[in-house]
Order: sequence, then structure tokens, then C-alpha cells
Amino acid sequence: MRLEYPANIKVIRAPCTGKIDVIHLLRAIEKGADGAYVVGCMEGECLYNNGNFRAKKRVLQAQKVLDSVGMGGQRVQMYNLSSAEGPKFAAFAREMTEKIRELGPNPMKLAKKGEAA
Amino acid sequence: MIVASPKPMEEIIDTVKDCKKLLILGCNECVTVCEAGGKKEVGVLASALRMYFAKQGRQIQIDERTLERQCDHEYLEEIRDIADTYDAILSLACGVGVQFTAEKYLATVVLPGVNTCFLGATEERGLWTERCQACGACVLAKTGGICPVSRCAKRVLNGPCGGSTNGKCEISKEVDCAWQLIVDRLTALGKMDEYEQIAPLKDWSTDRAGGPRKVVKEDVQS
Repeated sequence: MRLEYPANIKVIRAPCTGKIDVIHLLRAIEKGADGAYVVGCMEGECLYNNGNFRAKKRVLQAQKVLDSVGMGGQRVQMYNLSSAEGPKFAAFAREMTEKIRELGPNPMKLAKKGEAA
Repeated sequence: MIVASPKPMEEIIDTVKDCKKLLILGCNECVTVCEAGGKKEVGVLASALRMYFAKQGRQIQIDERTLERQCDHEYLEEIRDIADTYDAILSLACGVGVQFTAEKYLATVVLPGVNTCFLGATEERGLWTERCQACGACVLAKTGGICPVSRCAKRVLNGPCGGSTNGKCEISKEVDCAWQLIVDRLTALGKMDEYEQIAPLKDWSTDRAGGPRKVVKEDVQS
């Protein structure tokens, strides 16, 4: 298919989105990622029944935590697709990149630069 | 177990805002089960606070530690060497753990990170409900194993009262009438004879009315 998606995205594989916890998303932002998003299977089609529903709730919780400390909860998002939807994967990557560009860089990066200076 | 819920982030930020070095101290017991103050919650709170203070341009060292229990000397001793190196310890244990930590480490400020709510059970993941008020004189043998002290809004010992309608309490249609539950259970057990016996006045001196309580078991004391 040779589809292109923004090169700024780093893919981290997980056995199931149900394995992803709130702390994983927070650490990504804490370490300086401008955004982090979870791509799970279609709702209702999880091999483990409810892994992607668990992920959805955890993403919502991570958003709440980030909002509560002024980091912008929208930096973390959840998307769903089937493994056969390559074009959708690339579209989500572009959409997320645009969303994060609108939000601007992660404040942690600026804070870390300040520390270094 | 003791059920707690996390304090709002703004309240926590306000209590720790003047610290330069903070230890967030979790507990592996009840607050881990009710997902308010275990290792996971310590990690999430520490990460959130680090981000908050970094964004404010403040450099605060925030460390994480979770003890097996904060209500026992032997586990609290594990932080003996480090406790006084912190400006404050933010304990995510119940009120017992916070106080025991504070009693042990007099030179360090100990702050609560959760609100201790009640003695309860895990009905399902994410839902905990009250079952016991630790009144010190258990009446469950007479009430079919359902506690009127903790589950009846009025703590009525010879119920139900006039506020019971269709098995629900007058305080809310969501709340079961404890006495309806008791009657249903005693009926199922074929023990309605016990229900007919009037419960005498309860001795509340074993409850909080008698001031702070203690339990002494001399045979195990050293």
C-alpha cells in the first residue's frame, strides 16, 4: 500500500490497548511528547472482549488528569480502526498531528529548556 | 476494608505548593484495593504534580514510594533514613496511615492525599459501598447479617421506620431500606421469630460516644 503518515509519530506496539494504563500516557507527556494517542480495534471487536473499552476509559482519565494540571487533556486521544484499515491509520496520524500542532508544543519541553539554561 | 477517594488536584496542589522536595507515600493495603492510594495512584499523582510544577517554572523533586502498610511500625520504619530529607510527605493512605506516619516522623510535615470515607466492600470494580461503622458492639447476629447501624440512615435498631417505601429508604430512591433487607433475609432464613424480639437499647459507649477507642489483646503483647 506504501501509505505515508507524518514522520513525527513514533509507533509503540502493545499486545492489546487494554494493557495501556493512565501512567503510560502521562509519562509520555511528562517526558516531552507533544501528544500521545491510542489506536485500538473497533469497539465490539476486541479479541479480549473489552480491552479497547478499558483503554477508552483510561484515555479519558488521562485527559482529566492533564486538564487538572493545565497541560491540556486533548494531548491524549483514542482512535479505533480494524487492522485492515491502513488508509485510516494514516488519516488518524495526520489528524492527530494537526490537532497537536494547533495545541502547540508540550509545556514540559519549554520547562526543560529553562532548566538547562 | 477502609475506603478512600482521592482529594481534588487543586486541593493537593495547594497543600504541597511550598515544598521543594516531596515524597508521595502510597500504601499497599485498603487504598490499593479501592484504587485511591496504591503504587499506581502514587505514580499518576507524582507525574501530574511534576508536570504542574514544571509548567509553573518551579523545580520540585517529587519522589515515589509505596509501603506494605502505613498503619504498622515495621513498614513505616522502612523510610526512617529518608523521611526527614523531605519538606513534606504526601500520604495516600487512609487517615490512620497519615496519622501514624506523622506520629513517627515528627520533624516532617505529613499531608493527606485522599479523603477517608468509610468501611466498605467492593461491589464491583470502581464501586465501593459502606457496610460497617465500627460501632464496637456488633448486632449482625440478630439482623440476618445486614447492619442497621451502617446501612439504615437513622441507625434504627427496631425497624423499618415509616420512611420505608417499596424497599427503599426515604432519603433516596437509590438507597435500599436496610430493614427491608433484614426482613427479607430473615424470612428467607426462616428466622422471623428473631425479628419479633425487640432489640434493647444499644450501648453506644463502644462507639465514638465513648471517645477514642482501643483494643487490647494481652495474650499477644510482648
